[in-house]
Amino acid sequence: MFDTANLTKLIFGRLTLESLPLHEPIIVGTFAMVALGGLALLGALTYFRLWGYLWKEWFTTVDHKRIGIMYMVLGIVMLLRGFADALMMRLQQAIAFNGSEGYLNSHHYDQVFTAHGVIMIFFVAMPLVTGLMNYVVPLQIGARDVSFPFLNNFSFWMTTAGAVLVMCSLFVGEFARTGWLAYPPLSNLSYSPDVGVDYYIWALQVAGVGTLLSGVNLICTIVKMRAPGMTMMKMPVFTWTSLCTNVLIVASFPVLTAVLALLSLDRYVGTNFFTNDFGGDPMMYVNLIWIWGHPEVYILILPAFGIFSEVTSTFSGKRLFGYTSMVYATVVITILSYLVWLHHFFTMGSGASVNSFFGITTMIISIPTGAKMFNWLFTMYRGRIRFELPMMWTVAFMLTFVIGGMTGVLLAVPPADFVLHNSLFLVAHFHNVIIGGVLFGLFAGIAYWFPKAFGFKLDPFWGKMSFWFWTVGFYFAFMPLYVLGLMGVTRRLRTFDDPSLQIWFIIAGIGAFMILLGIASFLIQIAVSVLRREQLVDTTGDPWDARTLEWATSSPPPAYNFAFTPVIHDNDAWWDMKRRGYVRPLTGFKAIHMPSNSGTGVILAGLSTTMAFGLIWYMWWMAAGSFAALLAVAIGHTFNYHRSFHIPADEVVSVERARTELLAAGAKS
Amino acid sequence: MSSDVHAHADAHHSADDHAGTRQGQLIGFGLSVVLTAIPFLLVMNGSLDKQVTALIIMAFAAVQVVVHMIFFLHMNTKAEGGWTMMALIFTIIMVVIALSGSLWVMHHLTTNMMPVHEMGSTP
Repeated sequence: MFDTANLTKLIFGRLTLESLPLHEPIIVGTFAMVALGGLALLGALTYFRLWGYLWKEWFTTVDHKRIGIMYMVLGIVMLLRGFADALMMRLQQAIAFNGSEGYLNSHHYDQVFTAHGVIMIFFVAMPLVTGLMNYVVPLQIGARDVSFPFLNNFSFWMTTAGAVLVMCSLFVGEFARTGWLAYPPLSNLSYSPDVGVDYYIWALQVAGVGTLLSGVNLICTIVKMRAPGMTMMKMPVFTWTSLCTNVLIVASFPVLTAVLALLSLDRYVGTNFFTNDFGGDPMMYVNLIWIWGHPEVYILILPAFGIFSEVTSTFSGKRLFGYTSMVYATVVITILSYLVWLHHFFTMGSGASVNSFFGITTMIISIPTGAKMFNWLFTMYRGRIRFELPMMWTVAFMLTFVIGGMTGVLLAVPPADFVLHNSLFLVAHFHNVIIGGVLFGLFAGIAYWFPKAFGFKLDPFWGKMSFWFWTVGFYFAFMPLYVLGLMGVTRRLRTFDDPSLQIWFIIAGIGAFMILLGIASFLIQIAVSVLRREQLVDTTGDPWDARTLEWATSSPPPAYNFAFTPVIHDNDAWWDMKRRGYVRPLTGFKAIHMPSNSGTGVILAGLSTTMAFGLIWYMWWMAAGSFAALLAVAIGHTFNYHRSFHIPADEVVSVERARTELLAAGAKS
Repeated sequence: MSSDVHAHADAHHSADDHAGTRQGQLIGFGLSVVLTAIPFLLVMNGSLDKQVTALIIMAFAAVQVVVHMIFFLHMNTKAEGGWTMMALIFTIIMVVIALSGSLWVMHHLTTNMMPVHEMGSTP
């Protein structure tokens, strides 16, 4: 018998009109704004006939530089979403006192803190880090592109597909209410029967494919495509930290994939890996996800360390102090990051021997990190320091990160952790290291490499506004949380009984508002810089008098990066070339072999999104159909033999001549 | 580009004595068959204790992995300038840390935290 109800269920799965959160005025308002903004954007793109340009020059590009920029755009857009969640939480916690329920109900509030964590780690920090690595690494090692340019495009679109799924959950259905790591048994079907956890699982699985493949790609690029003469110990430090980060990605993300696959088996086919009954063990999930989760934080911080190294040595006008120790510290952190995961669950009951082992390994990891800190300080010592924006972020990082590191060592002591576990002290600690370390590093990197990517510097005034709002706002927002944590306030609370706590939450809310001004200043900075690009222009390709190879080519670099592959004799290759009076070759250009664009990455990622959507809503026909199409397109792509082309020698000659003229004009003015 | 081509040629010609040659493939195949057949026989016979059989099968599996890596994946210490070996060593370290660490941690957690009645019901 086929009645309407069954048919609807067959087509739409669990998706009904009630799934749309029409009863939540905040979400409806947000949706209206997003829909209007989105329509305006789409309309503008159509009106200015930009679709063809975007598709041909950006969406289908295999150029590592453009893919890097797209990653950065994705990260910044998602930062706005993740930060909106943060502001909502701060506001809720600042007003929910004296019997007030605040303005968010628990169903909504729990989604907000989960989405904040997931978005900030997976769709802000990861794309920004990957974007910078993508842009900078091939240039730093003198390569024309990454090893697998099409794969790079595909990786980017898979990451975007994950972000799209998370954004979908805002308006269609709901997001997980479990916290950002979705611990079972709460995330099991019996306690989270709705689509939230499924959105979580599939968004991370789809984005995880992208992250893993981009890790493989960058490792291969760094190992195989360095310019002649660049031995491992002559690689720039940012390339070294990128290599270690990508090794961590390749080694740890499969663990996340596996543990989420086990959780989805529990949810979809009724296995009992992490259930309370039938031999399931939720503690195994916690154990496995932190085997991925701890390396993940080093995946984020290592490239930031690389950025600080480049910035410190450039703006101090000195060779980096202790290059070798920096490299070894990075490698040691890479290995040690696998030996500390249990410190995330000291309180789960492993006992004294296990806890003390992991407590000690955690404290040991602060030694190589401290060594790095001293290397930066000694690089600055007796240097001719220029306090440009990237350097300011670096100094702010050194002051802020040390505080975060110290509270980290404090948390590494198991008895102290028993008091502070899951308190706001912990929340303050990891925001201290992630904002003070990763985010400050990313802002330093953006300010540092922006002129390379676009040919003009970022406006310093708005940059400094952003800098001061961010740093001061950070201290206002998170120092109160340390205090509250020491007083025993736990994380993720929606309402409070003790009125004496309110003042601290109000201060934290003011801090969050200052950070909002910091983000606004950052966006204004970009807009102002684009408008003032004539004044801020960089004709030399080397606006900071920098040291590494990416500054040897023009800003922005030509599609082929380097007309001739450079030969490396020194760690600071470009500094060495400048010192030896390197003369740019002006003749003898040859045609350059380059990879062709491909739209397959967009299509595959789109199909992955619809497959995930089908799986989330139990629309099996959609999932199966998308999967079949996915296979067909992937196999079809292997028959695409138009994978590369040659940039004709004439074109190389004219691009290089334009650069010669620009350099001459710059030298005159 | 040309250096890539050379690297490939090297991997094919001057690789380890056996790997890649017909003789190497045959030796690998023979070893794989033997290493698979013995565990099968042990299970079919049932002559040994259950636990001992399981351990022996695991040991044979580990040897089998090495045979595959040497004879079919053509791994040796020199391939790709030592990078393959380096990746292998790193992978082994990671896997050993994750597996032994998880067993250790989960053993403690099971002993300390699991409810007693469920402990009793497991064989």
